Amino acid sequence: MQDLTKDILELVRRTSTDLPADVEKKLRESYAQEADGSAAQGALDTILQNVELARKNSTPICQDTGTPLFYVHYPEGMSTRKLKKMITDAVVEATKHNYLRPNSVNAITGKNTGNNSGDEHYPTIHFEEVDEDQPLTIDLMLKGGGCENVGIQYKLPNTNLGAGRDLAGVRKVVLDAVHQAQGKGCAPGVLGVAVGGDRGASYLASKETLLRQIGDENANPELDAMEKQITEEANGMGIGPMGFGGKTTVLDTKIKGLHRLPASYFVSVSYMCWAYRRRKMTVQNGEVIYE
Amino acid sequence: MKKLTLPISDDEIRALKVGEPVLLSGVMMTGRDAVHKWLNDRFIAKKVEPSEDDLAVYEAIKPILNGGIIYHCGPVVGGVETGDYKFIAAGPTTSIREEPYQADVMKLFNLKGVIGKGGMGPKTLQGCQDTPAVYFHAIGGAASLIAQRVEKVLGVHKLDFGVPEAMWVIQVKDFPVVVTMDSHGGSQHAIVEEESKAVLEDLLQK
Ligand code: SF4
Repeated sequence: MQDLTKDILELVRRTSTDLPADVEKKLRESYAQEADGSAAQGALDTILQNVELARKNSTPICQDTGTPLFYVHYPEGMSTRKLKKMITDAVVEATKHNYLRPNSVNAITGKNTGNNSGDEHYPTIHFEEVDEDQPLTIDLMLKGGGCENVGIQYKLPNTNLGAGRDLAGVRKVVLDAVHQAQGKGCAPGVLGVAVGGDRGASYLASKETLLRQIGDENANPELDAMEKQITEEANGMGIGPMGFGGKTTVLDTKIKGLHRLPASYFVSVSYMCWAYRRRKMTVQNGEVIYE
Repeated sequence: MKKLTLPISDDEIRALKVGEPVLLSGVMMTGRDAVHKWLNDRFIAKKVEPSEDDLAVYEAIKPILNGGIIYHCGPVVGGVETGDYKFIAAGPTTSIREEPYQADVMKLFNLKGVIGKGGMGPKTLQGCQDTPAVYFHAIGGAASLIAQRVEKVLGVHKLDFGVPEAMWVIQVKDFPVVVTMDSHGGSQHAIVEEESKAVLEDLLQK
């Protein structure tokens, strides 16, 4: 099997240092919408300067290089054990190059491993098999701790918020999540929302929705309309970049529906900060392509 | 834009108001969860007897923090193997985790401010009034830009806490921040929280 460690290292470098075009474009549009000379516009200006600097110098966009979340689609027959080794090796190597900060702390002893090695959940790797003739793809998302901390899971119905077990209820709890987050998740952020599942599946799916592009359409028209409505209403709260006040609080909303037990109705909100770092690599016939 | 050089005087602090952008220059120190807990357990709540090393570090940081600033930051640092340190990425981390300790740490050292993100709670706001001190909000995630404003790494304490958690003594030039909690009880976070709450209440009725 082809050794991809170096190529995965390059994927990590790109993800950590080069913000995707769709995110940067949206940030620029937001900058133009904020009042001239406002703290909100100043914050977005600093953010955009920072994005350019990180790209130019190949340094991390944000010092919290986050939890590395890998989503691997591998052709039938490929060894996931070997892929896993290449990925974990690449992550350790990327830490040496300072593309990643040593971010892996043993929760029991409090010791930082110093090189982002961890356990079977860190770095997080999801494997999904595809047909033999399909290419290998690896998506990487770096999910910062500050924004992860403002993520939240609701159990519906929620009487405090008047939220029942339907999309109208989902809207209410998601807006509540945005209010609770204020600027703490490094607003402006992107909302990944999953409806249904058990608690674990629900959180998992809320992160997976964040692999979508900013401004794309949800295949389900009802969810698509809800995504746009939530984004607009959340921005109406005036929390603004960093919580300084302003028009830009949420850049986009992504919603996914799951199956659930009749007894449970979970809504999970994963908040992704403006430093929305995700990149993809595709390997076909030995050739590596980065998106 | 207003510029301040560390150490900062009480008068300069009293003159700062919520919403004001400032450029900071001088020597400051990073400190986050492990540092605040270490300070609290050994020198404030005194739950743990400080070791000789603890006492030496305490004496070393005292003059830096008198009239100085703690920056809530877990940086990416180059040259850790060689000791030829360089800040590579150094944006602020979430401050509210230090809420139980911050006001006491301010008083302990005569701190004139902390830099972080997300703002802090009522205990720290009271601490800002008493000490006096302010909360400076940096731009969360602007790690490369801020690292560029770090001219020099002067030293490090407690590197065994790990690179992000250690106390890095740094010399900065024109570090961009916004005052979001002042020494008169003003808090931009409280204002935005309240105003956005009113809008949310409205939306929940719909
Ligand atoms: S929330 Fe995002 S931008 Fe903010 S510090 Fe964490 S990773 Fe960086």
